[in-house]
Amino acid sequence: MREKVERISFFQPEICATYAQSLQTLKGMDIKMEKKTPLYDQHLQYKGKMVPFAGYLLPVQYETGVIKEHMAVRTAAGLFDVSHMGEVTFTGKDARSNIQRLVTNDCSKMVDGQVKYSPMCNENGGVVDDLLIYRKSEDSYLVVVNAANRQKDVKWMKAHLSGEVEFKDISDEVAQLALQGPNSTAILKKLADPLKLPVKYYTFTDHVAVAGVICLVSRTGYTGEDGYELYCKPEEAGKLWDALMGAGNPEGNAGSNEAAEQGLIPCGLGARDTLRLEAGMPLYGHEMDDVISPLETGLGFAVKMDKEDFVGKKALLSREITRKRVGLSITGRGIARENCPVYVKDKQIGITTSGTHCPYLGKPAAMALLHLVYTEIGTPVEVEVRGRRIPAEVVNLPFYKR
Amino acid sequence: MKQDLFYTKTHEWVQFLEETTVRIGLTDYAQNELGDLVFVNLPEEGDEVTAGETFADVESVKAVSDVYCPVTGMVRKVNEELFDHPELINSDPMEAWFTEIGDVSDKVELLTEDEYDELISKEE
Repeated sequence: MREKVERISFFQPEICATYAQSLQTLKGMDIKMEKKTPLYDQHLQYKGKMVPFAGYLLPVQYETGVIKEHMAVRTAAGLFDVSHMGEVTFTGKDARSNIQRLVTNDCSKMVDGQVKYSPMCNENGGVVDDLLIYRKSEDSYLVVVNAANRQKDVKWMKAHLSGEVEFKDISDEVAQLALQGPNSTAILKKLADPLKLPVKYYTFTDHVAVAGVICLVSRTGYTGEDGYELYCKPEEAGKLWDALMGAGNPEGNAGSNEAAEQGLIPCGLGARDTLRLEAGMPLYGHEMDDVISPLETGLGFAVKMDKEDFVGKKALLSREITRKRVGLSITGRGIARENCPVYVKDKQIGITTSGTHCPYLGKPAAMALLHLVYTEIGTPVEVEVRGRRIPAEVVNLPFYKR
Repeated sequence: MKQDLFYTKTHEWVQFLEETTVRIGLTDYAQNELGDLVFVNLPEEGDEVTAGETFADVESVKAVSDVYCPVTGMVRKVNEELFDHPELINSDPMEAWFTEIGDVSDKVELLTEDEYDELISKEE
């Protein structure tokens, strides 16, 4: 048995080496190159398989394994360390106009406590990154960026600042935990004043004491389930993690069993990727990048052509759309991963951008960028997986909806 | 039975049913390293296989891995149960055999249980 091709390439293929190499790295000296998150000790305590990812050592899975972790989030609850994500702030009189110019979505009518998702484009209409924008007040915004893009984004944002605005990269001063799954609210209510928790999806509340730790609590996530993302000071992240685990799984049971109260278990990067894929959520570096337009990725809902000028607008207006992101259900035997060519007869019509076995659906699925002609639901295609053609079919996204 | 059981450096186990007939599977160490297995691709009955060459692959949620054939011979039987239940390799790797191979004419270097234990203790 030998690992042939690494597939832990979610979020950032160029940094994640092969699984075997990751293990070697962990056994070798390179380990010092990777930063630890504030929850490193907790990962070891729960027997996380640590791998280098986006410059951090993070668990790809815990002792329970990817499938159980995935199922816990769909049926109970899961806790993720997402401290590697980047956070920047825009403050001042012109904070809003700066954000409006940088992103494709319309943030002009946002209200305090609201969260908005948006791509941020380059001049060619490709995507620099996709972001979450938090409006704290009219002149104060928190923006969450992908870990792998942090340096690039900071440089890009700084280069585009104008007027009265203060911009700060506060990533190192912020830890982030994601509590996801149908039991998330019940768990959080044990530790915080229920009246202070955000009620609606894509809203947040600030300065909430969760087990005594002051957090920004956001009703958002990357799993397709109800859940929260909690931002706190790095030095308090361990305390918050322990309190959440204590409230969600006081017996310390592995796996999502009913007896374990809310059945909360820690979940790694592996489950984070399978969950987002099953929920049809695009990932930077896969379904979008510096070249792919957000309209090709199917993010038209977050690209507002009728708002004032923004970076990339001109290009997006003139670019011809020839391909579109679709879901593929694998009807043959096998698992299509990313970068597999997709064919109709002898003609290559596109390429897969992500793919895996979906644990909740119990079958493989993939996302692909296909030529527009072949994007109709039900179109039969073939995916080439390591030299073998596997039948697949274009299906609606998402694969899973709660 | 145990004296008929050997291991390879690439983490397959080989059980001799007769002098020239073996069963092959993945070791507990291998399944643990791979994590939850969700797909296996096995050779077909009648296929000729060669010692040291790829003859199957297994996929976990996160990776695909080649499985090397420890012997040269012909595939007599395939454990088709694994197609629908690849997780059996995780739950009981020594029972979850991949293939039965007959007419064994050559083999890679085989390790005894003690030798294999020593090998994996170094890898850990």
